Amino acid sequence: MSLYLGIDVGSVSTDVALIDPRNGLVAGAYLMTRGQPIRVVQEALDEIAAAATVPHEISGVGTTGSGRHLAAAIVGADAVKNEITAHAVAALARVPDARTVIEIGGQDSKIIILRDGVVVDFAMNSVCAAGTGSFLDRQASRLGIPIEEFGTIALRSKNPVRIAGRCAVFAESDMIHKQQVGHTVEDIVWGLCQALVRNYLNNVGKGKEIRPPVVFQGGVAANAGMKKAFEEALGMEVIVPGEHKLMGAIGAAILAREARPKPATSFKGFDVARQRFVSGGFECSGCSNMCEVTEIRSGDSLVARWGGRCGKWSS
Amino acid sequence: MRVTFPRMGNSHIPLRALFESAGVEVVLPPPSSRRTVALGARHSPEFACFPLKLNIGNFIEAAESGADTMVMAGGIGPCRFGYYAQVEREILADMGFDLEMVVLEPPCTGWVGLASRIRKITGGCGVTGLLRAARLAWVKCGAVDEIESVSRKARPVERSRGAVTRAMEEALALLDDAGTVTAARKALAAGCEMIWSATGFPVDDPEPIRVGIVGEIFMVLDGFSNMDVERRLGEMGVEVHRFLSMGEWVRSNLLPKSFMPHEAREMVALASPYLNYFVGGHGVESVGGVRVYARLGFDGVVQIMPFTCMPEIVAQSVLKNVSRDHSIPVLTLSLDEHTAEAGLQTRLEAFVDLLKRRRVMKAAGRTEEGVTPL
Repeated sequence: MSLYLGIDVGSVSTDVALIDPRNGLVAGAYLMTRGQPIRVVQEALDEIAAAATVPHEISGVGTTGSGRHLAAAIVGADAVKNEITAHAVAALARVPDARTVIEIGGQDSKIIILRDGVVVDFAMNSVCAAGTGSFLDRQASRLGIPIEEFGTIALRSKNPVRIAGRCAVFAESDMIHKQQVGHTVEDIVWGLCQALVRNYLNNVGKGKEIRPPVVFQGGVAANAGMKKAFEEALGMEVIVPGEHKLMGAIGAAILAREARPKPATSFKGFDVARQRFVSGGFECSGCSNMCEVTEIRSGDSLVARWGGRCGKWSS
Repeated sequence: MRVTFPRMGNSHIPLRALFESAGVEVVLPPPSSRRTVALGARHSPEFACFPLKLNIGNFIEAAESGADTMVMAGGIGPCRFGYYAQVEREILADMGFDLEMVVLEPPCTGWVGLASRIRKITGGCGVTGLLRAARLAWVKCGAVDEIESVSRKARPVERSRGAVTRAMEEALALLDDAGTVTAARKALAAGCEMIWSATGFPVDDPEPIRVGIVGEIFMVLDGFSNMDVERRLGEMGVEVHRFLSMGEWVRSNLLPKSFMPHEAREMVALASPYLNYFVGGHGVESVGGVRVYARLGFDGVVQIMPFTCMPEIVAQSVLKNVSRDHSIPVLTLSLDEHTAEAGLQTRLEAFVDLLKRRRVMKAAGRTEEGVTPL
């Protein structure tokens, strides 16, 4: 069977999805990026190769996320696409009549407005990352709660506390203050979910017409407290697809299939997991811009090089 | 007297021609770089907009190269720009630079004051000499606009990435070296030829995606500040267009009303149902510009502004309705020294994807719900 591989290398997590020609998920892997994108992409490939038990061949590879160019250089990709397009395509594959996509990842939050199956508008957080995964992780560990339970604890609240949500750091100060005056952990956690949703709607969603069906994806969609806070604030149901953690990778795989690689895929094969890649960099002294150029090498050969405004280093 | 002025895109080419032909020594600030930004940001108020920070950086670097007189444009109206020159003079004086600031206020504040300040800079040059210098500068100004415009058309069809941009830089250098009107015209013709041949005479894409650019003029014209938005879009295969240029600005602001370009007048008129008030800068033109681009059948518009830019923020809030009523997507980019390249690139790529998919949908004869087609 011919399958398509999608890789989403994000700031916090890296996910990989293998889909069949009808966009059904055959296998998926979800790993923490840990600041080592190359290593993690290789581990994820190993995991997928082991999970795909049916005989198959890879007919196309797509990459997305902030590490999309790096991942593309390592595995050999046919489609290198931004996260907005990838998430929109994946949402439509799972909820064909979706009209709004809320995507919250490790550090980025996005809103995508769809009408009749086409992106008509989008926005991405630019000045604030309150409410993204990294911040929720930090608060969970500060409160001594496993992040997986954060949402269920929030749902137990009887009496929400209003937390200031304009800035993540001040939200934390406010949470600490609320703890010091004796509010319960579940009330504070639920109040935080509400504050972060308010922040999202006022910053990222400002001026956007949010119409149902609303699809909520990205790592933070796993948080039941955030889902409920969105539903209450919007006054409508919010759909969290079962594969919400893999949606970026599913979108990348679909885009690889749409790209119809000719004459064949550029995929280098699962063996790249065994290859040794070395990354390095230097500061170009060609002009006063002092660009930081980075390169990836494997043995004696240069795999990729980028950075630099003038393009003289681009490989 | 060693005169300097801030950098803004390629405006230094006509400006240098103007001063040098009038017999004034010019000390150009080095091209804006990370060092310029670092110096400017360190010595400017945090909430001043990005052009002021760059101006400060430019002036510091020019002073290091021996400049002693700064020439700066003034302004009136709600935009903070009119106060820049004063603030910049004070900042540089506080830093201990011994620089004189000559502010050229717009002619609408009175020709006499403007003329006397020009005389102050060009001291020994007679009226005929001044007119000759102005003519060379005007020809070079038009030539810069033309070279940039040709590059915007050539970029989406270049065979090897970056070839057009390199040819454009060469063409601009040729133009900069030209000392007479005749030589400047020759350099323009040769430059345009170089740019087209740099494309490798490609197969023409019959209908590339077309994007118009509106916004605050400094950020729009200065590729360094807008992180080369035009180049990035062009290299994604997009044909970029803008009405804003130096020549347009001179015709609209320095010459009598009858010289005002037709498009500029049209933009103000078209903006009136949405924004019927002068908000400073090019706020009104940004609103009218989107309507003009919608009429011309463009696929989308990018609005560029410095972070905290009041006129463009007013325009941005109005543009939501313009975009909806005319079914033309608008991407607003608010940029400054804190902008990360990755985020900008992601937004531009997503915007181009959006425009391409809309086209496919239009070709299939579908329009979005809730949108009245033009």
